[in-house]
Amino acid sequence: MTDIHEHDVLVIGAGGAGLRAAVAAHEAGADVAMVTKLHPVRSHTGAAEGGINAALREGDSWELHAYDTMKGSDYLGDAPAIETLAQDAPEDVIDLEHWGMPFSREEDGTVSQRPFGGLSFARTTYAGAETGHHLLHTLYEQVVKRGITVYDEWYVTRLAVTDEDDPADRTCHGVVAIDVKTGEVAGFRATSGVILATGGLGQAFDHTTNAVSCTGDGPAMAYRVGVPLEDMEFVQFHPTTLPSTGVLISEGVRGEGGILYNAEGERFMFEGGYANNDGELASRDVVSRAELTEINEGRGIEDEYVHLDMRHLGEERIVDRLENILHLAADFEGVDGLEEPMPVKPGQHYEMGGIEVDENGETVIDGLYAAGECACVSVHGSNRLGGNALPELIVFGKRAGLAAAGGDLGEADIPTGRHDEFETDSIDSPVPLGEAGSLDDEAVADGGPALSDADSVVEAAVEAETGRVETLMDREDGVNHAEIRAEVQRTMTENVNVFREAPGLKRALEDIRAARERYADVSVDDPSRTFNTDLIQTIETRNILDVAEAITIGALAREEFRGAHWRAEFQERRDEEWLKHTMLAWNGGSPDLYYKPVDLDGENEEHTYEPKERSY
Amino acid sequence: MSTQLPDSETETEPDTESEPEASPGDRRRAEKRARQDEAAEQRAAEEAERAREEEETYHLKVFRYDPEVAAKQEPRFDDFHVPFEKGMTVLDALIYARDHFDSSLTFRHSCRQAICGSDALFVNGRQRLGCKTQLSDLDEPVRIEPLPHQDVEKDLVVDMEHFYDQMEAVEPYFQTESLPDDDLEEQRQSPENREYVKLSTRCIWCGACYSSCNIAAGDNEYLGPAAINKAYRFAMDEREGEEMKQKRLEILEQEHGVWRCQTQFSCTEVCPKDIPLTEHIQELKREAVKNNLKFW
Repeated sequence: MTDIHEHDVLVIGAGGAGLRAAVAAHEAGADVAMVTKLHPVRSHTGAAEGGINAALREGDSWELHAYDTMKGSDYLGDAPAIETLAQDAPEDVIDLEHWGMPFSREEDGTVSQRPFGGLSFARTTYAGAETGHHLLHTLYEQVVKRGITVYDEWYVTRLAVTDEDDPADRTCHGVVAIDVKTGEVAGFRATSGVILATGGLGQAFDHTTNAVSCTGDGPAMAYRVGVPLEDMEFVQFHPTTLPSTGVLISEGVRGEGGILYNAEGERFMFEGGYANNDGELASRDVVSRAELTEINEGRGIEDEYVHLDMRHLGEERIVDRLENILHLAADFEGVDGLEEPMPVKPGQHYEMGGIEVDENGETVIDGLYAAGECACVSVHGSNRLGGNALPELIVFGKRAGLAAAGGDLGEADIPTGRHDEFETDSIDSPVPLGEAGSLDDEAVADGGPALSDADSVVEAAVEAETGRVETLMDREDGVNHAEIRAEVQRTMTENVNVFREAPGLKRALEDIRAARERYADVSVDDPSRTFNTDLIQTIETRNILDVAEAITIGALAREEFRGAHWRAEFQERRDEEWLKHTMLAWNGGSPDLYYKPVDLDGENEEHTYEPKERSY
Repeated sequence: MSTQLPDSETETEPDTESEPEASPGDRRRAEKRARQDEAAEQRAAEEAERAREEEETYHLKVFRYDPEVAAKQEPRFDDFHVPFEKGMTVLDALIYARDHFDSSLTFRHSCRQAICGSDALFVNGRQRLGCKTQLSDLDEPVRIEPLPHQDVEKDLVVDMEHFYDQMEAVEPYFQTESLPDDDLEEQRQSPENREYVKLSTRCIWCGACYSSCNIAAGDNEYLGPAAINKAYRFAMDEREGEEMKQKRLEILEQEHGVWRCQTQFSCTEVCPKDIPLTEHIQELKREAVKNNLKFW
């Protein structure tokens, strides 16, 4: 048996949420280690462009930020989560400034803010159109400064969790990871807590702004050891991505005054009546649907995209505030944004749902936490506002770090886990759901006597994972993961996109089932232990299968139109029935669907969260 | 050949090979390796056939090396013929070759949009980001190698540890003695000063500059352009104050610091983010001189 690495707190993933969590846990006195499949500066937080919402200025308030966020969520965010975000964001943003982050500045030297979609005040703090890059590097600098241990290019593949029947009784004692450089499978013991901060899952789709490393590892691993996934059907499709690559063109372009045109040269956001007040700056779900409606009705350019024009802003303003956009349009679409409009279409961008946590980042499993895009607190409900992802990373990354290090954040208001009074449901699926011919049941939560001490739990998980890797490496002439992955991406983009209908969703479930069955025969052709990306991607593909299926189950279950989720058969929001979170429990490989009520009861005395029609 | 090979090639045999009794799994893997080599030959023949039949393909010659796989222990170049699509980048072509022809083809990549800095490669004799390099701008065959002057781990993957060590040697974090008392109050920075450091903050740690630098190739302890630029980013940031600037200049003036640079501009030429690295190094030299004169 190899040695087990031991730390107080383990942070899995080293993007914005993971780095912020590590710094917070370290400041609380914990011995922290980060275990991450990419070196921290490679993380996809670096691709975030637009900015960080925080009520910093006179005339703005956390109450307004909370109200805008709740409205943007289409009343599916939980008030305690949203209010925590809005209350903590100003101080946490100023922390970044005190750590040297190069924010864009006003003449008086204060940090600049700009308008963003769905905001009643220009509260989006930014650093050019490369805010995420600066946030990521600033936080990594703080990790270096503190001498926090980073196991980079170690891919965490399994959580070491005890095997009680009820997930609420289980404890997480650590993780198992593969050292990408050598192929070694090793155990990591956490004496205080494990924080999942693995980011997005865009690789479940084939047109996405997400990196190839965004494969839903955290949600899939947590799901398989018994943590419910929440609101997975709510996938944000960003309205302005480059058609050929999915590269993101920041909402900042529209924030600064960029205009959308269809093939007939109409400013359709107004002329088509999609958003008579806010036009291009309506919420992202509204703009994405408008664009696809234009394209589907024959007013797209080359039947594929619309135009985003910023030329009228003038070269000086563009170069000053959006220079990065000029580079992206030139390098990845061959378009000069100063001379011509940029082609854009909706692309998968962000998963609103994820690992169920409370506002302290805790899951239902003792010792297991999650923060950032992989988690669902829920701040974003059914639709995330632009500029609300980065504050989520720092606010909830910090809270999870403190909580995992044993800090006292007070009792959380948001309940986790399954309770008897929750409503249950099932979907009309044409195929069986869940695992098909699995390599083994997940984690230590399978068979055998309950393991009593923490080290044994980690050792057993290492043994199980070593067996899995051997099986994948030894199998002959199996299916290659790339074929399976491509098939899942195709069906998700075709059937679980902006516009959804039951027959397409069922086709997607059939395709995912077929892909799961093929995955039972997947094999790794590369025989080497050294830097075997074939092996890593094969394991990632299993995670993609789990999250793709979870998204589709949620989409078929939710018979209404809310935020980013639109159904052909149910084109209205149905508050009487659907003010509730879609919850999916792994249940030993046979997913189980139930609902948790939304909490709209906040402490905001200026604005109530009474659901009303969401118009922009 | 421009690609440096690891010195320890023969010492990195997999443990499984040296064990006295090979398990059935080991034997299977050994057979699998042998078969893989045969398959590679067959594949190359098939691809060449495709290339003749199809109109538009791009011919890649890709560096291969694996310390564990017999046929790859001796470095070689593999040929891939990839169907061309408008807008295709070097990274797209590598992904295509891996996903369709050889799943063991190994390279780092993540964001596909020139911000994660994972895929700096040596393409047709120059350091470039694979994702930001259009195939149509390159002469065929497109020769793709790992970054020179760094040890190769496998195929196009190099060991980045030394580069990271240099980056971390310059105290690469903001330091100041005077923060506002109020937790909600930011430090002031003029838009002009922010603009002044802007280009230096764009570094994505890809290592292209370091790999292109002759001085770094000859002096392993030289901080190199990326690390010096990182120090520049803080030294020129007015929020840190004069005292910190002195301290930073002292770090940069060490034996393997700014004075090693011979202004050959290779770093500036290859930087995918257009950072004027050589200028930044020169400016730090001037600051250091001014600084030293002050204490006379």
